[in-house]
Amino acid sequence: MAEKMRLTIGLVTKPGTTMQYHTGGWRTYRAVINQEKCIGCRRCADSCPDGAPFECAHDGKKKKFCVNYDYCKGCGICAYECPVDAIDMAVEEK
Amino acid sequence: MAKMAVMEGSHAIAEAARVCRPSVVSAYPITPQTHIVEDLSAMIANGELTNCEYVRTESEFSAASVIQGAQAAGVRTFSATSSQGAVLMYEVLFSIAGMRLPCVLAMANRAVSSPINIWNDHQDAISARDNGWIQLWAEDNQEAADMIIQAYKIAEDHRVTLPVMVNFDGFQVTHLYEPVEVYDQKMVDEFLPPYDPLFKLDPKDPVTMGALAQPEYYTEARYMVHAAQITAKPIIEDVAREFGRKFGRFKGGLIDTYKMEGAEVALVAMGSILGTMKDAVDEMRSAGIPVGIVKIRTYRPFPVEALRAALKGVKVVCVLDRNISLGMEGAVFVETKAALYNASESPTMLGFIIGLGGRDITVRDIKGIVDKGYKKIGGERVSELEWYQLDRNILPEGI
Repeated sequence: MAEKMRLTIGLVTKPGTTMQYHTGGWRTYRAVINQEKCIGCRRCADSCPDGAPFECAHDGKKKKFCVNYDYCKGCGICAYECPVDAIDMAVEEK
Repeated sequence: MAKMAVMEGSHAIAEAARVCRPSVVSAYPITPQTHIVEDLSAMIANGELTNCEYVRTESEFSAASVIQGAQAAGVRTFSATSSQGAVLMYEVLFSIAGMRLPCVLAMANRAVSSPINIWNDHQDAISARDNGWIQLWAEDNQEAADMIIQAYKIAEDHRVTLPVMVNFDGFQVTHLYEPVEVYDQKMVDEFLPPYDPLFKLDPKDPVTMGALAQPEYYTEARYMVHAAQITAKPIIEDVAREFGRKFGRFKGGLIDTYKMEGAEVALVAMGSILGTMKDAVDEMRSAGIPVGIVKIRTYRPFPVEALRAALKGVKVVCVLDRNISLGMEGAVFVETKAALYNASESPTMLGFIIGLGGRDITVRDIKGIVDKGYKKIGGERVSELEWYQLDRNILPEGI
């Protein structure tokens, strides 16, 4: 549990932002990309409601995608959408 | 000598709102309403109130939401409501107080349905007592108007930053014509500086208002509203005194007392009934009966310490309630009893439900209630709570 914040009158604060609040903590499953199978089509990044998969490298032949686990909530949409079944939903272990 | 004019209560209240220079007035003149926002619309149309946007809404819920939004944007607002319309505002009123927006709302107190009844009692405001708004209660046209000006000063004080509801009796104040002092704009401007919001919505410096508070923060958020209510007690007194010095009228801060010297029986009440009570007490004092009055002028925050001091040494306290918490007693009776229960000396307390739904209250009624107090002193059996004007003859058989 993070340290509690100091309250203000009327609870008026700076606007909330996910730059500071990482929603990945809600996750039960994590999306894991199998780089051998991945064809770099980008469908996972485009279908993710949180934009968690992102292009992290390019080896000259294909784009490589990684997952930003600060925001991946484990919903599985990317795994469902992947045309080559390159994404596994692995149980999150503490 | 200040200029006086004979004014309808609603018009006097609209005049007071006008000289406070609100930037936004919202209105939904539902039945039952008063002439307050109607008069303000005429003032804006006639150029008597400038730099003010008059917003006609589609419900009282929206009328409250408009002042909430405008106040959040950093301007002074005004609206008026009553009865059913006030009930429709309740959800927004809680939100305004929790967000610490210092709105001022004029409340013409009237009965709540069902049965339909457009006349005066205090149920609309009493049932809104827990929402965090400060509640001031006026006795006549002049006091209701003066209270509007004081309300802004209390609400906008950065130590308070809470909304204030100014209560006055529907019809007995709103539709009654009485001599009222005409305000001098310069004097009001000297008394009430321009609104200086503690925080506001600004695209250049964005903030979040009305945020979610999880269980680990909600208690503290509620406590802060409670603490601001308690902090407001001396500030309400100070503002009333400062107003008195400036305008020559002081009718008490949290409470006011009338002929309490050596009183054996004390009457406690709020609103326009005070006028009738004073007439009754004058007659009884002339006849040598030591009876006095404590008027509750501020119902939220509840003046616990002031009531304990004022009622010290009294034998019997009779509380007159123009409301009823069905299944219990009148709210003012319950709370006055609670305030005195742990006091070192606690008088016997009697509660009277009276004047519901516009039923007239006469000097004879007040004297009858004082008689009950004396019967109690004399050792006779008197019930703790009495529906004083109840006509049992018209009730169905068996009730």
